[in-house]
Amino acid sequence: MKEICAPAIALLHRLGDMACFLADGFRQTFRTRRLAGKVLRQVYVIGANSMFVILLIGLFTGLVLGLQAFYAMSMFGAQGMLGSLLALTLIREMAPVLTAVMITARAGSAMTAEIGVMRISDQIDALEVMDIHPIGYLVTPRLLASLITFPLLTSIFTVIGIFGGYLSSCVLLTLNEGRYFSGIESSVTMDDIQGCFLKAAVFAVIVILVCCYQGYNAHLRKDGKGAEAVGNATTSAVVMSCVLILVADYVLTSFLL
Amino acid sequence: MSAQRNTIIGIFVLIGLLCTAYLTIKLGRMEVLGDSGYTVTARFTNVAGLRVGASVEIAGVSIGRVSAIRLDTTDFTAHVDLHINEGVPLSEDVMASVKTSGLIGDKYIAITPGGAEELLAPGSTITDTEPTLDIEALIGKVVFGGV
Repeated sequence: MKEICAPAIALLHRLGDMACFLADGFRQTFRTRRLAGKVLRQVYVIGANSMFVILLIGLFTGLVLGLQAFYAMSMFGAQGMLGSLLALTLIREMAPVLTAVMITARAGSAMTAEIGVMRISDQIDALEVMDIHPIGYLVTPRLLASLITFPLLTSIFTVIGIFGGYLSSCVLLTLNEGRYFSGIESSVTMDDIQGCFLKAAVFAVIVILVCCYQGYNAHLRKDGKGAEAVGNATTSAVVMSCVLILVADYVLTSFLL
Repeated sequence: MSAQRNTIIGIFVLIGLLCTAYLTIKLGRMEVLGDSGYTVTARFTNVAGLRVGASVEIAGVSIGRVSAIRLDTTDFTAHVDLHINEGVPLSEDVMASVKTSGLIGDKYIAITPGGAEELLAPGSTITDTEPTLDIEALIGKVVFGGV
């Protein structure tokens, strides 16, 4: 009986452990000293460094959406709806999800590797010896920085995506510019934008929680030791973040619609 | 190095906030300088297809938006709140009708101006209304010879 239940119990144990990890991360907000400087550094690492790739991805997402939607809609003469289709797709789904996935790939993996190396080279134990709370030192600044940067990057993604759609449908193809922008303005509501920011904030917590947790517990992994464990932790952090982002996206969408 | 880093963070946050401002103010129509304008209610027998945020027009010019749609449970009519922009006076005998832009386009409220001297006060009700055009019923009439 005990053997049959073991995987389920292990899963429950990990879930509880992650919840405590997250709670600790938020609690340390009030206990960590010189937090602002650390948060600012992480805003630079997570946000400012990701801006260029977000601009590129957003531009090309908008371009290809505009192109596809233009040809699909011109089959029944509804190009006038292109603006609203594109803006709603971007704001409700594409921008928060793609931004979160890109940041996972760019900053999340680096985060896991960095914390994982610190763990296997005993630097985290050294922090504890120096009476510095490792979660407050490593996780809390990243958590707060991501809550700032994810919504900002998502809105950058949306705006550049709308611009990309304008480029492909109005400049390269023949859609009227006024129809495109009036379509956007008539269909997007404040609720859509609030939902977009809510998604971005939830994804921020998910990505940071998964990536930091995997790195922080790299020494407990059973599928490798030392450097290998860090590599495996990075892989599973990225995979798990992406899956959880899409699952959370479905759940949030069903709440918001 | 640190000063340069802070500048880059500053640029990032500035661009992010500009994009957020564009989204919320231009697309989300957030009222930055308080709520200007006034709200009147129109009572319809049918508003199928009409949504909150649809535009209110006179002669094709947008003069406001639909701010709320709710059901009056005493006589089961639809009460539609119309938020009319500042500086657009409506006389008391205006007529409100639910129209469609194009054949499959969005529903909007068209207001036909009246001739009365008295103006509609904020919060008052437009009773003279025309419900959604029921295209299926119309086709039925044509097919089965009701016209």
